[in-house]
Amino acid sequence: MAVAPQPRLATPTAHSMTVRGLKPFYGKRLAVQALDLDVRPRQITALIGPSGCGKSTVLRCLNRMHEVVPYARAEGLVKLDDIDIYAPGIDPALVRRKIGMVFQVPIALRTRNIYENIAVGLRLGGIANRAELDIRVEKALRDANLWDEVKDKLALSGMALSGGQQQRLSIARTIAIEPDIILFDEPCSALDPISTFKIEELLLTLRQRYTIVIVTHNMQQAARISDRTAVFMVEKTDDIPVGMLIEEGPTEQIFSTPKDPRTEDYISGRVG
Amino acid sequence: MADANAVPRITASRRWARQTRHGDVFFWLLTLFFALMIIGLVVAVGVVTYTGSAAARAAYGWSFLWGTEWNPVETTLYPVSFGAWPAIRGTLLSSLIALILAAPTGVAIGIFLSELCPLRLRQPLGFMVELLAAIPSVIYGLWGVAVFANWFNDWVTNPIAESVGQFVPWLAGPVAVSRGLAITGTILAIMILPTISAITRDMLQAVPNHQREAMLSLGATRWEVIWGAVVPYARAGIVGGIMLGLGRALGETMAATMLIGNSTRIEESIFYPATTAAALVASELPNANDPLHESSLIGLALALFGITLLLNLIARYLVWQTARGPAGEKV
Repeated sequence: MAVAPQPRLATPTAHSMTVRGLKPFYGKRLAVQALDLDVRPRQITALIGPSGCGKSTVLRCLNRMHEVVPYARAEGLVKLDDIDIYAPGIDPALVRRKIGMVFQVPIALRTRNIYENIAVGLRLGGIANRAELDIRVEKALRDANLWDEVKDKLALSGMALSGGQQQRLSIARTIAIEPDIILFDEPCSALDPISTFKIEELLLTLRQRYTIVIVTHNMQQAARISDRTAVFMVEKTDDIPVGMLIEEGPTEQIFSTPKDPRTEDYISGRVG
Repeated sequence: MADANAVPRITASRRWARQTRHGDVFFWLLTLFFALMIIGLVVAVGVVTYTGSAAARAAYGWSFLWGTEWNPVETTLYPVSFGAWPAIRGTLLSSLIALILAAPTGVAIGIFLSELCPLRLRQPLGFMVELLAAIPSVIYGLWGVAVFANWFNDWVTNPIAESVGQFVPWLAGPVAVSRGLAITGTILAIMILPTISAITRDMLQAVPNHQREAMLSLGATRWEVIWGAVVPYARAGIVGGIMLGLGRALGETMAATMLIGNSTRIEESIFYPATTAAALVASELPNANDPLHESSLIGLALALFGITLLLNLIARYLVWQTARGPAGEKV
């Protein structure tokens, strides 16, 4: 893959993604109609829509996590900067190091302590030097606003943390390896309002350095934190639900003057 | 739509009337009885083997356990003597061989079935593994005697005995008959393999998928996902499965009797005939006319019972130890 090795601890440069004619499948079933999407550098792009509209599926196509599901595959073009991430010869594992992902369920790797939960990604990348690991683990935890809460219990299991802390742990694990893009799949839907607030604050900080795509159920969340919003809908053809991207634009415009009447119905709470 | 007001209100007395449930109490007593039966059975086995072995314990005391001579018939060279060590040693060694062969293989099969196997193959392969576990041991023994023994002699025993065996006493030859510890251990390994693979598979499949996805999203390869997150998560269950297999190997009677050669002489080499506690009891008890002989065989059963109990305790401890991860982990 034609990516130069990243200089260590360098400030990430701004990265963008381009999606053209993406069609995610589950077996033979088309999950989402072909869609185009531009993910702009150092902005938060929110994907919103009702359940089953395929927004999470689309998100998972952006770092090749979709194909991890049995029989799932995707067609179309997805580019990180200039690189087609679905091109033959591209290692999906490398794609996922460049495009990190935080999931709906806060995930503490159960058999590892808090320190190792962060260090695991660094170790996968070949960093074994304890001093360097220490620096990077601390930095990741600080960047995830978790350091002060866990600095005295790094040897404890991640399972000992609360749900909100575990989600920030997941974020720290993701940013520790300094990806180019971070994908968030409904990161707050399992959290209480205070934890949600903390994560949203964190997202706005991360936005200064990272390009972010977030799937959310919560329209207020999209309105609060995103720069651009993509609205998905689901329609049944022959009783088979197919998702589609109906509108994309600056968040302000989507929420004030949507072009598609279905968007207006959705954000005003009439559907979904 | 029915008028909600038309539904009569449940009176207080009727609500309280539902509190008495005789069925609940009856069912609780029934299950309690069955549960106590388990304890009763264990105690009964202990008592029977303990009282039955009274004569042997009176004659030899604790030294029964490490007595090396087992001679039920008096000859000019050997007086009658009953020592359990040849049988205990054979039991432990054949099970150890089985464990060394079956544990890594079984865990590998379990990993393949759960993590790597194409979906199409998963069902049929898993079914086969479970089928293997259900084959009666006499069939394994028969196959071992009729087919496997010759093959094992030609391809394993003799080549090893003639090369390494020249210098390593416990692998030495010459090997005349195809009966012994090594082949018994190997057949036992085949017998406990499905147990270990099936339990490993089940334990790995019980690992929540998000643990895998978290590793994948960090750019882990399948290998790194398996060894970095999935297997460690399931480690206690896998150890439990291995211990269950070991338990089966320790007590296996039929295949061991058919293959081990039933010799109570202690030979250093694992290619020589030996015996196990279960095999010795099974083969000699029907013909044990001498009360001391019978009592000693029951004593052997008691020893086997004790070994199984001890190993189960060790297994419990191991599972408990491996289940402990970093402090604060909720298991």
